[in-house]
Amino acid sequence: MSFEEFLQYCLSGVTVGSIYAVVAIGFNIIYNTTGIINFAQGEFLILGGMVAISLSSVMPLLPAILLAVAVTVVAGAAVEIVFIRWLKQPDVLRLIVITIGISILLREAMLHIWDEQMRALPHFTGSEISSIDILGAHISPQALWVLGIGTVIVVGLNLFFKFTLTGRAMRACAANRTAAELCGINVKWMVTFSFMLSAGIGALAGCAISPLAQTQYDMGSSLAIKGFTVAILGGLGRSMAAVAAGIILGLIEAFSISQFPLAYKDAVTVAVLLLILFIKPSGLFGSREERGLKEF
Amino acid sequence: MKTKGRKTLALCLALITAAALLLVGCKKKEAEKEPIKIGAIFSVTGPVSFLGAPEGNTAEMLVEKFNADGGVLGHPIELIIKDDQANPEKTLSFAKQLIEEEKVLAIVGPSGSGNTMAIKDVCEENETILISCAAAEEIVNPLAKWVFKTPQKDSFAAQWDLKTMQEMGIKRIGIVAGSTGFGNLGTEQLKKYAPDYGIEIAIAESYSVGEADFTGVLNKVKAANVEAVVNWSVFPAQSIVPKNMAQMGFDVPLFCSHGFGNIRYVETAGMAAEGIIFPCGKLLAAEELPRSDKQKKVLMEYKEDYESRFGEEVSTFGGHAYDALMVLVEAIEKAKSVEKEKVREAIENLTGFVGTAGIFSFSPTEHNGLDMDSLVMYTVKDGKFVLLE
Amino acid sequence: MRWKRLAPVAVLIVLVILIQLVFSAADAVYYLTQLTMSAYYCLVAIGLCLLMGHTGQISLGHAGFFAIGGYTSAVLTTVNLLPHAGSGFVRFLGRIGFVVRRVDLYGEEILSVSPWIAFLAAVILALVVAFVIGLPATRLKGHYLAMATLGFGVIIHAVALGTAVLGESDGISGVPGFRLFLGLEVNGRLKFRVQNYYIAWFLIVAALLLAMNLIHSRVGRALRAIHGSEQAASSLGINPARYKLTVFVFSAVLAAVGGSFAAHYNGGIGPSEATVMKSVRYVAIVAVGGMSNLWGIVLMGMLLNFLSLRGYFGSYDDAVFAAILIGIMLFAPRGILRLPLLDSVRRLAGAGRGALARAGGPLAGILARRGGERKDGEAPGERHG
Repeated sequence: MSFEEFLQYCLSGVTVGSIYAVVAIGFNIIYNTTGIINFAQGEFLILGGMVAISLSSVMPLLPAILLAVAVTVVAGAAVEIVFIRWLKQPDVLRLIVITIGISILLREAMLHIWDEQMRALPHFTGSEISSIDILGAHISPQALWVLGIGTVIVVGLNLFFKFTLTGRAMRACAANRTAAELCGINVKWMVTFSFMLSAGIGALAGCAISPLAQTQYDMGSSLAIKGFTVAILGGLGRSMAAVAAGIILGLIEAFSISQFPLAYKDAVTVAVLLLILFIKPSGLFGSREERGLKEF
Repeated sequence: MKTKGRKTLALCLALITAAALLLVGCKKKEAEKEPIKIGAIFSVTGPVSFLGAPEGNTAEMLVEKFNADGGVLGHPIELIIKDDQANPEKTLSFAKQLIEEEKVLAIVGPSGSGNTMAIKDVCEENETILISCAAAEEIVNPLAKWVFKTPQKDSFAAQWDLKTMQEMGIKRIGIVAGSTGFGNLGTEQLKKYAPDYGIEIAIAESYSVGEADFTGVLNKVKAANVEAVVNWSVFPAQSIVPKNMAQMGFDVPLFCSHGFGNIRYVETAGMAAEGIIFPCGKLLAAEELPRSDKQKKVLMEYKEDYESRFGEEVSTFGGHAYDALMVLVEAIEKAKSVEKEKVREAIENLTGFVGTAGIFSFSPTEHNGLDMDSLVMYTVKDGKFVLLE
Repeated sequence: MRWKRLAPVAVLIVLVILIQLVFSAADAVYYLTQLTMSAYYCLVAIGLCLLMGHTGQISLGHAGFFAIGGYTSAVLTTVNLLPHAGSGFVRFLGRIGFVVRRVDLYGEEILSVSPWIAFLAAVILALVVAFVIGLPATRLKGHYLAMATLGFGVIIHAVALGTAVLGESDGISGVPGFRLFLGLEVNGRLKFRVQNYYIAWFLIVAALLLAMNLIHSRVGRALRAIHGSEQAASSLGINPARYKLTVFVFSAVLAAVGGSFAAHYNGGIGPSEATVMKSVRYVAIVAVGGMSNLWGIVLMGMLLNFLSLRGYFGSYDDAVFAAILIGIMLFAPRGILRLPLLDSVRRLAGAGRGALARAGGPLAGILARRGGERKDGEAPGERHG
């Protein structure tokens, strides 16, 4: 393999990996606050993209994206309030099944509101054929946007959880729900907020990746599976690890194309998931005790 | 006792549902002049709706037109459309329904090759005419008495691409194809005829419907030092491959199959679509055709009717449904009968029939009826389809 | 097995025969087609009932096993070994009856594997795969198990979609009929339709009997004990891992049998049978049927699949199943059907369970009763105060 080829695979791997990392972070936020794995996380990305695409035909790109994020945040809150909130005794099976059902409903709703066609946002800078030359490998400027937005999201969340009151309140809920309640934290609203936050970053990521990977109503589930793989790979609940894990998975996926037929790309990524689950479910960076402490 | 009440209610509802189903099945149909029942199975929604939706639209539009003009042989046409959402088991279930319950004269469609193959045997065994809008060669080969198809042969399209490459002096190519019968067959045909045009195939990869990122596989193709790339599928991927190629700086000519014949692909691919070369039926250049062209009248009529009714540009896929229905109606009129065997024979005897995909000439051994001239070469210029000079 | 427990089975058989007679008399025999197809889907649901309802293990990938069964049968019975007919190995296979010659619809001669051998291969493959996947998977719990099974389903789907031999996106067609004995044959031809209806239902009744036998045996009590609390169960000497694996494999084999027969009935199979959505549908059927309620599941499975196959849900097909899933989970975790028939089964089962429990020692009895009467859908280890 020549150096250009190698670099090309690396770049596409890192680009797609950063999206998986953002999905994983979305999982982690909700999981940390509630213990729920939100199977509908992938749909938030697609919803954000779809709304932005529709809006971009009547307004400039930036307001379209911001409004799309806002709409998706509202949708996230709606999902939590309508479906999750009044489960008194949530148990794993029911929760899993419900979030799967939600993911399908969202997907079908998107199918019927828009249609099954593949769409894409216009590139943020440049056009479909712009190309940046990096040491012989070429990527679209949009890839840089994806990486940039991903970084902003991760750094922003880090600061949010460390330094803001709400962020710390959410971390308190994650550590010990009852104690948090006793401290006067409104846990119910923290849960809703975690959904809103996940939906928001999902929408932003979905808009960023749309020009490159297109947006189609049924792309949510494969994003969710890969995002979950990354979350598990990094250790469920650990967001910084998710970034590293995302890049690793992205690279694995990109390089798998060079060795295996393209058709098996998804099989390879999911095989990684199974391997991790079977061998070290606490992930590359997690520890078994930490996993044991969690409810699920 | 709330539960008991609910139980009884559930039981009653179940019984009523069962009764309703039975009644629905046994209802009788009254008609003055018996309508001609034609079944249609298209993938109107689902992963290949870009095929099925225009086909469904076209079928509805045509049937309305016929009925407004007094029907066929004086009988009104009753079109029963089923949406199989590209699931072959649904196609099969609907086919059986149409054949046994509705007792249709013929089935038009399905949209996809896999779906067609799933019902080919059923239609053949039950002696129901099937005119498919799917392109795979295996639909008519091995030949089934009752099964026909309207899209052009892939081997023609492949040869047109190769011929053009030869004229452009290209000697080494890479193929990426959809993992369907259509895609695989296209690859096969390209491999088969490439030596005739002095072309070497350096690499061939296939991808599935939902694939949205081709930088990886194109990287592989680029590394094989090819002078042109062929993308053979009917998936939306047709728009993404050119975009990825441009982003990667992979600057070689891109050829497509006759599945590229929908302006939406050009719109989605934006500037990346400029210069794509592909063979297709004359429908896309209907306006450019000289008045002496035999197909011009039919093409212009279909184009204007479809675009004014549905507000979107025509695609060759809708054209396949147009051809299927028109062939059927023509056969009924020629046979002067609605008896299955007579109509079937009439289709086989149809020659010189002007459709959108070309001029059809069927025979007992030829159930597709189109030849090399049904295709012409196009390219994309300024976001439009233009004939390649 | 207690004869009283067989009463519902007898009622079911009578119902099945009645439906066929009614439809035949009303000249509406075509409904039997969708009923037969639904029956094969119900086989999967029955296995899943044991796995999810009784043992509390979720599987989001069972469509994968249906696909394994179907594709194995389809591939082996459509592969044409005629070009290799001269080789010694193929001739040997022919002599022991593994490969047979037949002529397809278009007059072409084909040398392919006999459907019986293909069926056996399908079952064995499903067994092996279920064992290999199940061994590590059943050690997982909750979300991890769900994701592992989901991942398994995705891999099977990707393999089906991406492998040329399996027909890639188009699947396999032209699968011949499966000749059983006494002139019975599993195929989709209209003349054989009533036959096939009964064959499918025979399989369902057999599966139900097996399942009921399992449920009301020591194994069944062990499963419900595991569902209640794995730790407590293992403290009684029940090996949770072994039982969970057994049920997983059993349900996988049931699904594969359904897939294999369905492939012959439909004359083919496609990757759409291996999607995640299909797996979710099976879960929805089990949920709406009442998780551990075999009868509810069979009934709802038949009803929902019948309507879906006839196109009643139109393009909202998937949405309907999702809505059902959410609705049941939110409002009726115990399922929707509570016919008087089922209640008597329940009472009988409860009495039987209690009696056997008393015979088997106090703790086992407590656990078993706890497991049987709990809220369906609770995972092990969930009962903390």
